[in-house]
Amino acid sequence: MSGGGSTPYLAVQFRDMEAQTETGKLGVWLFLGSEILFFGGLFTAYSVYRANHIELFRYAHFFLDWRLGAFNTFVLLTSSLSAAWAVRCAQLGQRRGLRLTLVVTFLLAAVFLVVKYFEYSHKLHNGIAWGAACHPSAEILASLPDTARALPVPVHLGTFFSIYYLMTGLHGVHVLVGMGLFAWLLRRLPTFGPDHWGAVDGVALYWHLVDLVWIFLFPLFYLI
Amino acid sequence: MTERDTSASSPAGHGRPHVVSPAALLGTVAFLFALTVVTVAVSRLDLGAMNVVAALGIATLKAIAVAAIFMHLRYEGRFHVVVLVGCAIFAALLVGFVVFDTTRYQPDLRAHEAAAARRPAR
Repeated sequence: MSGGGSTPYLAVQFRDMEAQTETGKLGVWLFLGSEILFFGGLFTAYSVYRANHIELFRYAHFFLDWRLGAFNTFVLLTSSLSAAWAVRCAQLGQRRGLRLTLVVTFLLAAVFLVVKYFEYSHKLHNGIAWGAACHPSAEILASLPDTARALPVPVHLGTFFSIYYLMTGLHGVHVLVGMGLFAWLLRRLPTFGPDHWGAVDGVALYWHLVDLVWIFLFPLFYLI
Repeated sequence: MTERDTSASSPAGHGRPHVVSPAALLGTVAFLFALTVVTVAVSRLDLGAMNVVAALGIATLKAIAVAAIFMHLRYEGRFHVVVLVGCAIFAALLVGFVVFDTTRYQPDLRAHEAAAARRPAR
Protein backbone atom coordinates (compact mmCIF):
# COMPACT_ATOMS: atom_id res chain seq x y z
CA MET A 1 0.00 0.00 0.00
CA SER A 2 1.39 3.38 -0.91
CA GLY A 3 0.00 6.65 0.31
CA GLY A 4 0.22 10.25 -0.55
CA GLY A 5 1.10 11.30 2.97
CA SER A 6 4.15 11.67 5.13
CA THR A 7 4.90 7.97 5.66
CA PRO A 8 5.10 5.02 3.24
CA TYR A 9 2.56 3.10 5.38
CA LEU A 10 -0.36 5.47 4.84
CA ALA A 11 -3.03 4.02 2.53
CA VAL A 12 -4.51 6.44 -0.03
CA GLN A 13 -8.00 6.50 1.47
CA PHE A 14 -6.88 7.91 4.83
CA ARG A 15 -6.27 11.53 5.79
CA ASP A 16 -3.34 10.69 8.09
CA MET A 17 -1.81 7.81 10.08
CA GLU A 18 -4.02 8.52 13.06
CA ALA A 19 -7.20 8.16 10.99
CA GLN A 20 -5.79 4.92 9.55
CA THR A 21 -4.89 3.51 12.99
CA GLU A 22 -8.26 4.45 14.50
CA THR A 23 -10.17 2.91 11.57
CA GLY A 24 -8.15 -0.28 11.82
CA LYS A 25 -8.78 -0.43 15.55
CA LEU A 26 -12.55 -0.10 15.03
CA GLY A 27 -12.41 -2.96 12.52
CA VAL A 28 -10.56 -5.15 15.02
CA TRP A 29 -13.11 -4.31 17.75
CA LEU A 30 -16.03 -5.30 15.48
CA PHE A 31 -14.22 -8.58 14.75
CA LEU A 32 -13.74 -9.13 18.51
CA GLY A 33 -17.49 -8.56 18.95
CA SER A 34 -18.20 -11.35 16.45
CA GLU A 35 -15.75 -13.55 18.37
CA ILE A 36 -17.66 -12.97 21.60
CA LEU A 37 -20.91 -14.01 19.88
CA PHE A 38 -19.14 -17.05 18.39
CA PHE A 39 -17.91 -18.22 21.80
CA GLY A 40 -21.34 -17.26 23.21
CA GLY A 41 -22.86 -20.15 21.24
CA LEU A 42 -20.34 -22.55 22.78
CA PHE A 43 -20.98 -21.19 26.29
CA THR A 44 -24.70 -21.79 25.62
CA ALA A 45 -24.00 -25.48 24.87
CA TYR A 46 -21.99 -25.68 28.10
CA SER A 47 -24.75 -23.99 30.14
CA VAL A 48 -27.60 -26.14 28.78
CA TYR A 49 -25.70 -29.33 29.46
CA ARG A 50 -24.64 -28.16 32.89
CA ALA A 51 -28.20 -27.11 33.80
CA ASN A 52 -29.52 -30.56 32.95
CA HIS A 53 -26.62 -32.85 33.91
CA ILE A 54 -24.74 -31.28 36.80
CA GLU A 55 -23.62 -34.75 37.96
CA LEU A 56 -21.53 -35.13 34.78
CA PHE A 57 -19.66 -31.91 35.47
CA ARG A 58 -18.91 -33.02 39.04
CA TYR A 59 -17.70 -36.43 37.88
CA ALA A 60 -15.59 -35.01 35.03
CA HIS A 61 -13.59 -33.01 37.59
CA PHE A 62 -11.78 -36.22 38.48
CA PHE A 63 -10.23 -36.18 34.99
CA LEU A 64 -9.27 -32.49 34.83
CA ASP A 65 -6.20 -31.32 36.75
CA TRP A 66 -6.82 -27.78 38.06
CA ARG A 67 -3.08 -27.30 38.64
CA LEU A 68 -2.40 -27.55 34.89
CA GLY A 69 -5.33 -25.20 34.21
CA ALA A 70 -4.06 -22.69 36.77
CA PHE A 71 -0.52 -22.91 35.37
CA ASN A 72 -1.85 -22.19 31.88
CA THR A 73 -3.88 -19.27 33.28
CA PHE A 74 -0.69 -17.68 34.65
CA VAL A 75 1.04 -18.34 31.31
CA LEU A 76 -1.72 -16.59 29.32
CA LEU A 77 -2.01 -13.66 31.76
CA THR A 78 1.76 -13.10 31.50
CA SER A 79 1.54 -13.27 27.70
CA SER A 80 -1.21 -10.63 27.79
CA LEU A 81 1.15 -8.41 29.80
CA SER A 82 3.92 -8.86 27.24
CA ALA A 83 1.48 -8.21 24.36
CA ALA A 84 0.29 -4.98 26.04
CA TRP A 85 3.93 -4.03 26.63
CA ALA A 86 4.67 -4.67 22.94
CA VAL A 87 2.06 -2.02 22.00
CA ARG A 88 3.74 0.42 24.40
CA CYS A 89 7.18 -0.31 22.87
CA ALA A 90 5.81 0.16 19.33
CA GLN A 91 4.13 3.48 20.27
CA LEU A 92 7.38 4.75 21.82
CA GLY A 93 9.55 3.45 18.97
CA GLN A 94 11.50 1.05 21.23
CA ARG A 95 12.36 -1.58 18.62
CA ARG A 96 14.50 -3.83 20.84
CA GLY A 97 11.80 -3.89 23.52
CA LEU A 98 9.21 -4.62 20.84
CA ARG A 99 11.22 -7.57 19.55
CA LEU A 100 11.70 -8.92 23.09
CA THR A 101 8.02 -8.61 24.09
CA LEU A 102 6.80 -10.17 20.83
CA VAL A 103 9.21 -13.12 21.18
CA VAL A 104 8.17 -13.62 24.85
CA THR A 105 4.47 -13.56 23.89
CA PHE A 106 5.08 -16.06 21.09
CA LEU A 107 6.98 -18.41 23.42
CA LEU A 108 4.35 -18.19 26.19
CA ALA A 109 1.67 -19.08 23.62
CA ALA A 110 3.79 -22.12 22.70
CA VAL A 111 4.10 -23.11 26.39
CA PHE A 112 0.29 -22.93 26.70
CA LEU A 113 -0.17 -25.27 23.73
CA VAL A 114 2.49 -27.72 24.98
CA VAL A 115 0.67 -28.03 28.34
CA LYS A 116 -2.62 -28.47 26.45
CA TYR A 117 -0.98 -31.16 24.28
CA PHE A 118 0.04 -33.13 27.39
CA GLU A 119 -3.47 -32.79 28.84
CA TYR A 120 -5.14 -33.95 25.60
CA SER A 121 -2.73 -36.84 24.95
CA HIS A 122 -3.03 -38.13 28.52
CA LYS A 123 -6.83 -38.15 28.20
CA LEU A 124 -6.95 -39.69 24.73
CA HIS A 125 -4.37 -42.32 25.73
CA ASN A 126 -6.76 -43.34 28.52
CA GLY A 127 -9.83 -43.56 26.29
CA ILE A 128 -11.30 -40.21 27.31
CA ALA A 129 -12.40 -39.06 23.87
CA TRP A 130 -15.53 -37.21 22.73
CA GLY A 131 -19.09 -38.43 22.22
CA ALA A 132 -19.71 -42.16 21.89
CA ALA A 133 -15.95 -42.81 21.66
CA CYS A 134 -15.46 -41.95 25.34
CA HIS A 135 -14.51 -45.15 27.21
CA PRO A 136 -12.26 -44.38 30.21
CA SER A 137 -9.62 -47.11 30.60
CA ALA A 138 -9.62 -49.44 33.62
CA GLU A 139 -6.21 -48.01 34.46
CA ILE A 140 -7.42 -44.39 34.80
CA LEU A 141 -10.61 -45.44 36.63
CA ALA A 142 -8.47 -47.35 39.16
CA SER A 143 -6.38 -44.21 39.73
CA LEU A 144 -9.41 -42.12 40.76
CA PRO A 145 -9.99 -41.23 44.44
CA ASP A 146 -12.27 -43.52 46.45
CA THR A 147 -15.24 -41.14 46.26
CA ALA A 148 -15.12 -41.35 42.44
CA ARG A 149 -14.61 -45.13 42.23
CA ALA A 150 -17.76 -45.65 44.28
CA LEU A 151 -19.78 -44.00 41.48
CA PRO A 152 -20.79 -45.64 38.19
CA VAL A 153 -19.28 -44.04 35.06
CA PRO A 154 -22.03 -41.67 33.81
CA VAL A 155 -23.62 -42.75 30.52
CA HIS A 156 -23.23 -39.32 28.88
CA LEU A 157 -19.65 -38.61 30.00
CA GLY A 158 -18.66 -38.44 26.32
CA THR A 159 -20.99 -35.48 25.75
CA PHE A 160 -19.24 -33.53 28.50
CA PHE A 161 -15.92 -34.24 26.82
CA SER A 162 -17.35 -33.26 23.41
CA ILE A 163 -18.07 -29.83 24.90
CA TYR A 164 -14.67 -29.77 26.64
CA TYR A 165 -12.70 -30.63 23.50
CA LEU A 166 -14.75 -28.29 21.31
CA MET A 167 -14.40 -25.25 23.60
CA THR A 168 -10.78 -25.72 24.66
CA GLY A 169 -9.87 -26.94 21.16
CA LEU A 170 -11.33 -23.89 19.40
CA HIS A 171 -9.62 -21.72 22.01
CA GLY A 172 -6.39 -23.62 21.22
CA VAL A 173 -6.87 -22.89 17.50
CA HIS A 174 -7.11 -19.20 18.43
CA VAL A 175 -3.82 -19.50 20.34
CA LEU A 176 -2.22 -21.11 17.28
CA VAL A 177 -3.51 -18.30 15.02
CA GLY A 178 -2.16 -15.80 17.57
CA MET A 179 1.31 -17.39 17.33
CA GLY A 180 1.17 -16.97 13.55
CA LEU A 181 0.20 -13.31 13.96
CA PHE A 182 3.06 -12.64 16.40
CA ALA A 183 5.48 -14.30 13.96
CA TRP A 184 4.08 -12.03 11.22
CA LEU A 185 4.63 -8.96 13.44
CA LEU A 186 8.23 -10.06 14.10
CA ARG A 187 8.86 -10.29 10.34
CA ARG A 188 7.54 -6.74 9.88
CA LEU A 189 9.39 -5.44 12.95
CA PRO A 190 11.53 -2.79 11.16
CA THR A 191 8.40 -1.02 9.89
CA PHE A 192 6.92 -0.28 13.33
CA GLY A 193 7.35 2.99 15.21
CA PRO A 194 5.50 5.93 16.75
CA ASP A 195 3.65 6.61 13.46
CA HIS A 196 2.95 2.98 12.57
CA TRP A 197 1.83 0.66 15.33
CA GLY A 198 -1.77 -0.21 14.36
CA ALA A 199 -0.94 -3.80 13.40
CA VAL A 200 0.79 -4.45 16.76
CA ASP A 201 -2.23 -2.99 18.56
CA GLY A 202 -4.72 -5.05 16.54
CA VAL A 203 -2.90 -8.34 17.15
CA ALA A 204 -2.53 -7.47 20.87
CA LEU A 205 -6.29 -6.76 21.12
CA TYR A 206 -7.01 -10.15 19.52
CA TRP A 207 -4.57 -11.77 21.95
CA HIS A 208 -6.28 -10.16 24.97
CA LEU A 209 -9.61 -11.58 23.77
CA VAL A 210 -8.06 -15.07 23.61
CA ASP A 211 -6.93 -14.43 27.20
CA LEU A 212 -10.45 -13.25 28.17
CA VAL A 213 -12.03 -16.45 26.84
CA TRP A 214 -9.57 -18.56 28.85
CA ILE A 215 -10.32 -16.48 31.98
CA PHE A 216 -13.85 -17.93 31.75
CA LEU A 217 -12.96 -21.42 30.46
CA PHE A 218 -10.54 -22.10 33.34
CA PRO A 219 -13.04 -21.85 36.24
CA LEU A 220 -15.93 -23.33 34.22
CA PHE A 221 -14.05 -26.54 33.36
CA TYR A 222 -11.42 -26.95 36.05
CA LEU A 223 -12.92 -25.41 39.20
CA ILE A 224 -16.73 -25.62 39.34
CA MET B 1 -3.93 0.69 38.52
CA THR B 2 -4.74 4.34 39.06
CA GLU B 3 -1.42 5.31 37.47
CA ARG B 4 -2.02 7.55 34.48
CA ASP B 5 0.06 7.69 31.38
CA THR B 6 3.03 9.63 30.12
CA SER B 7 1.07 11.38 27.37
CA ALA B 8 -2.43 12.72 27.80
CA SER B 9 -5.44 10.74 26.64
CA SER B 10 -6.78 12.41 23.55
CA PRO B 11 -10.07 12.45 21.65
CA ALA B 12 -9.93 10.98 18.15
CA GLY B 13 -8.39 13.33 15.63
CA HIS B 14 -6.03 15.21 17.92
CA GLY B 15 -2.68 14.57 19.51
CA ARG B 16 -0.62 11.52 20.32
CA PRO B 17 -1.83 8.02 21.20
CA HIS B 18 -2.30 6.93 24.75
CA VAL B 19 0.70 4.98 26.06
CA VAL B 20 -0.04 2.80 29.10
CA SER B 21 2.57 3.22 31.84
CA PRO B 22 4.65 0.28 33.14
CA ALA B 23 3.11 0.77 36.61
CA ALA B 24 -0.41 0.35 35.19
CA LEU B 25 0.61 -2.75 33.21
CA LEU B 26 2.38 -4.41 36.16
CA GLY B 27 -0.39 -3.44 38.59
CA THR B 28 -2.98 -5.02 36.29
CA VAL B 29 -1.10 -8.30 35.94
CA ALA B 30 -0.54 -8.45 39.73
CA PHE B 31 -4.31 -7.94 40.22
CA LEU B 32 -5.04 -10.73 37.69
CA PHE B 33 -2.58 -13.13 39.37
CA ALA B 34 -4.09 -12.41 42.80
CA LEU B 35 -7.64 -13.03 41.54
CA THR B 36 -6.53 -16.33 39.95
CA VAL B 37 -5.25 -17.48 43.36
CA VAL B 38 -8.50 -16.29 44.98
CA THR B 39 -10.73 -18.12 42.49
CA VAL B 40 -8.83 -21.40 43.03
CA ALA B 41 -9.01 -20.94 46.84
CA VAL B 42 -12.75 -20.16 46.76
CA SER B 43 -13.44 -23.23 44.59
CA ARG B 44 -11.90 -25.42 47.35
CA LEU B 45 -14.71 -24.33 49.72
CA ASP B 46 -18.13 -25.92 49.41
CA LEU B 47 -20.51 -22.98 48.99
CA GLY B 48 -23.21 -24.85 47.09
CA ALA B 49 -24.69 -22.81 44.27
CA MET B 50 -22.57 -19.83 45.34
CA ASN B 51 -19.45 -21.54 43.93
CA VAL B 52 -20.65 -20.85 40.38
CA VAL B 53 -21.57 -17.25 41.25
CA ALA B 54 -18.16 -16.66 42.91
CA ALA B 55 -16.22 -18.21 40.00
CA LEU B 56 -18.10 -16.20 37.35
CA GLY B 57 -17.95 -13.01 39.43
CA ILE B 58 -14.18 -13.25 39.83
CA ALA B 59 -13.76 -14.12 36.13
CA THR B 60 -15.83 -11.04 35.22
CA LEU B 61 -13.63 -8.82 37.44
CA LYS B 62 -10.55 -10.21 35.69
CA ALA B 63 -12.15 -9.63 32.29
CA ILE B 64 -12.92 -5.99 33.21
CA ALA B 65 -9.28 -5.43 34.28
CA VAL B 66 -7.96 -6.90 31.00
CA ALA B 67 -10.43 -4.86 28.89
CA ALA B 68 -9.93 -1.59 30.79
CA ILE B 69 -6.11 -1.50 30.93
CA PHE B 70 -4.58 -4.03 28.51
CA MET B 71 -7.20 -3.31 25.83
CA HIS B 72 -7.07 0.46 26.51
CA LEU B 73 -10.83 0.84 27.00
CA ARG B 74 -10.30 3.05 30.02
CA TYR B 75 -8.40 5.57 27.94
CA GLU B 76 -10.26 5.79 24.66
CA GLY B 77 -13.45 6.03 22.57
CA ARG B 78 -16.71 4.89 24.11
CA PHE B 79 -17.82 3.12 20.94
CA HIS B 80 -15.35 0.26 21.56
CA VAL B 81 -16.94 -0.20 24.99
CA VAL B 82 -20.38 -0.32 23.36
CA VAL B 83 -19.18 -3.07 20.97
CA LEU B 84 -17.63 -5.16 23.76
CA VAL B 85 -20.35 -4.75 26.38
CA GLY B 86 -23.14 -4.97 23.77
CA CYS B 87 -21.86 -8.28 22.41
CA ALA B 88 -21.30 -9.62 25.94
CA ILE B 89 -24.91 -8.72 26.85
CA PHE B 90 -26.30 -10.44 23.74
CA ALA B 91 -24.20 -13.54 24.45
CA ALA B 92 -25.50 -13.54 28.06
CA LEU B 93 -29.09 -13.14 26.82
CA LEU B 94 -28.63 -16.16 24.55
CA VAL B 95 -27.26 -18.28 27.40
CA GLY B 96 -29.89 -17.02 29.87
CA PHE B 97 -32.99 -17.58 27.75
CA VAL B 98 -31.87 -20.95 26.40
CA VAL B 99 -31.16 -22.15 29.96
CA PHE B 100 -34.56 -20.86 31.21
CA ASP B 101 -36.19 -22.76 28.37
CA THR B 102 -34.35 -26.06 28.76
CA THR B 103 -34.81 -26.19 32.54
CA ARG B 104 -38.54 -25.36 32.12
CA TYR B 105 -39.14 -28.39 29.88
CA GLN B 106 -36.77 -30.82 31.54
CA PRO B 107 -39.29 -32.21 34.11
CA ASP B 108 -41.80 -32.99 31.31
CA LEU B 109 -39.05 -34.64 29.29
CA ARG B 110 -37.91 -36.81 32.20
CA ALA B 111 -41.52 -37.85 32.96
CA HIS B 112 -42.04 -38.78 29.30
CA GLU B 113 -38.82 -40.81 29.25
CA ALA B 114 -39.84 -42.65 32.44
CA ALA B 115 -43.28 -43.43 30.96
CA ALA B 116 -41.69 -44.68 27.72
CA ALA B 117 -39.39 -46.94 29.71
CA ARG B 118 -42.36 -48.47 31.54
CA ARG B 119 -44.21 -49.31 28.31
CA PRO B 120 -43.51 -52.86 27.03
CA ALA B 121 -41.17 -52.95 24.02
CA ARG B 122 -42.84 -53.86 20.73
